Amino acid sequence: MIRIDITKALLGSEGLMELSVSLAIKEGSFVALTGSSGSGKTTLLRILAGLESAEGTICIGEERWLDAAKSIAPQERRIGFVFQEYALFGNMTIEENLLFVANDKALAAHLLDITELYALKTRRPSSLSGGQQQRVALCRALMNRPKLLLMDEPLSALDGSMRYKLQQEIILLHREFQTTTVMVSHDPSEIYRLASRVVVLESGHIVHDGTPKTVLLQTSGSQKFAFEGELLEIQRVDVIAIAVVAIGQQLVEVVLSEQEAEGLNVGDRIQVSTKAFAPVIG
Amino acid sequence: MLELLKTIEWTPFILSFELAAVTTVILFTISVPLAWYLSETKARIKPFIEALTALPIVLPPSVLGFYMLVLLAPSSVVGRAVHDLFDVQLLFSFSGLVVASCFYSLPFMVQPLQSGFESLDRRMLEASYVAGKSRWTTVFRVALPNMKPALMTAIIITFAHTVGEFGVVLMVGGSIVGETKVASVAIYEMVEVMDYAAAHLYAAIMIGMSFAVLLGVYTFNYRQRYKRGGLYL
Repeated sequence: MIRIDITKALLGSEGLMELSVSLAIKEGSFVALTGSSGSGKTTLLRILAGLESAEGTICIGEERWLDAAKSIAPQERRIGFVFQEYALFGNMTIEENLLFVANDKALAAHLLDITELYALKTRRPSSLSGGQQQRVALCRALMNRPKLLLMDEPLSALDGSMRYKLQQEIILLHREFQTTTVMVSHDPSEIYRLASRVVVLESGHIVHDGTPKTVLLQTSGSQKFAFEGELLEIQRVDVIAIAVVAIGQQLVEVVLSEQEAEGLNVGDRIQVSTKAFAPVIG
Repeated sequence: MLELLKTIEWTPFILSFELAAVTTVILFTISVPLAWYLSETKARIKPFIEALTALPIVLPPSVLGFYMLVLLAPSSVVGRAVHDLFDVQLLFSFSGLVVASCFYSLPFMVQPLQSGFESLDRRMLEASYVAGKSRWTTVFRVALPNMKPALMTAIIITFAHTVGEFGVVLMVGGSIVGETKVASVAIYEMVEVMDYAAAHLYAAIMIGMSFAVLLGVYTFNYRQRYKRGGLYL
């Protein structure tokens, strides 16, 4: 069990903010950390790694990483950290990047095999694609058989298909190594696929904590479909109005009545929902 | 011409290069921790230290030379302490030249190293800490190898700058053959006695060697940049 009870004053974009998190994480579980930018997710991850200071306590099993008396250095915590922008050692080959962490050739070969990088092991990171580099970073983070794996938006710099492939590999590696994992992510589908628990942070505090299903599937009552979107434009056509809404990467048109259109302004965050209907998935 | 070449006394050149090599090694040892500290620290003392290390760039060599004379004189506290401890006389000796050169060339080693450290990806260094590596291992195995152009610039420019020293060396070392008479001082003396032929030759050799060294640095850095961009394999 990992017990986290920390506070830290942060200077965010909207002034002073207090990060105050109390969390217990089961060993071997996969927790996703999400929330709007500036909510303190990355800072929490860095505090867990020991890369930033905080008040409070962090205990992992019998070990105390942080309490009033001391803070164990990142070197002593035995963690894995995957950064958003890979952060590979440019002066070393792929294999050397892994062996730098721990001189365990068998484990390195095994990890490179799983991630289909074995053939590239003598190459330098700069000659690899973004997806390949992030796979190397993932392997590197597992080389010391960490007690805790921390990932800071590991896939956000990659395109859709590469992201899916890496998600599969993360699942594979998590299943094999059973490493307790905390991952920061903005992508609901990614969280749904990977995590067994999702924690939502807003302004430094936990506002939701549950399974991805209960937290992310935002349907209530008899609504079958509900999407969050941004209102881009309201076009008036005779007596009705047509709203153009951006939902994720897609634009949709929704018919509005005169009264509905009255209360809306371009730029609003709105929810588009529909009841009782049978969608066709093709 | 051939006659002239045969008469060349190489000792001043050898001395110049010896002085430059020793100074570079000492300065590298001192400057890596100093530059690393300056790149990491948020302490208020940082601008103070930076200004202090940059002083030799703006000061006339005579100012530095004057204080060196005062500092290293056998009658001074430092001069006496060094003499008692190591039995070394610093003024008008090769050792004294090394001490003076270390002060004079310090910014040329510290500044490129510091900006090299500052330009590194912080996350890469953090990845090394998280992997359990100490600060020193991180500096020598991750930081320095990933800033080769800055490293080359620091070492070569320090070396070249020390070879090109004149004012401080003359004041602190004088012109003792085989001990403190480096190439730049030798040329000065040739001009003074109006031996222009020899001065020409010495000066030309200095220009040729200095240019070769600088060309080497710039070529190396040019290639490194291409390598980083992935264009040069």
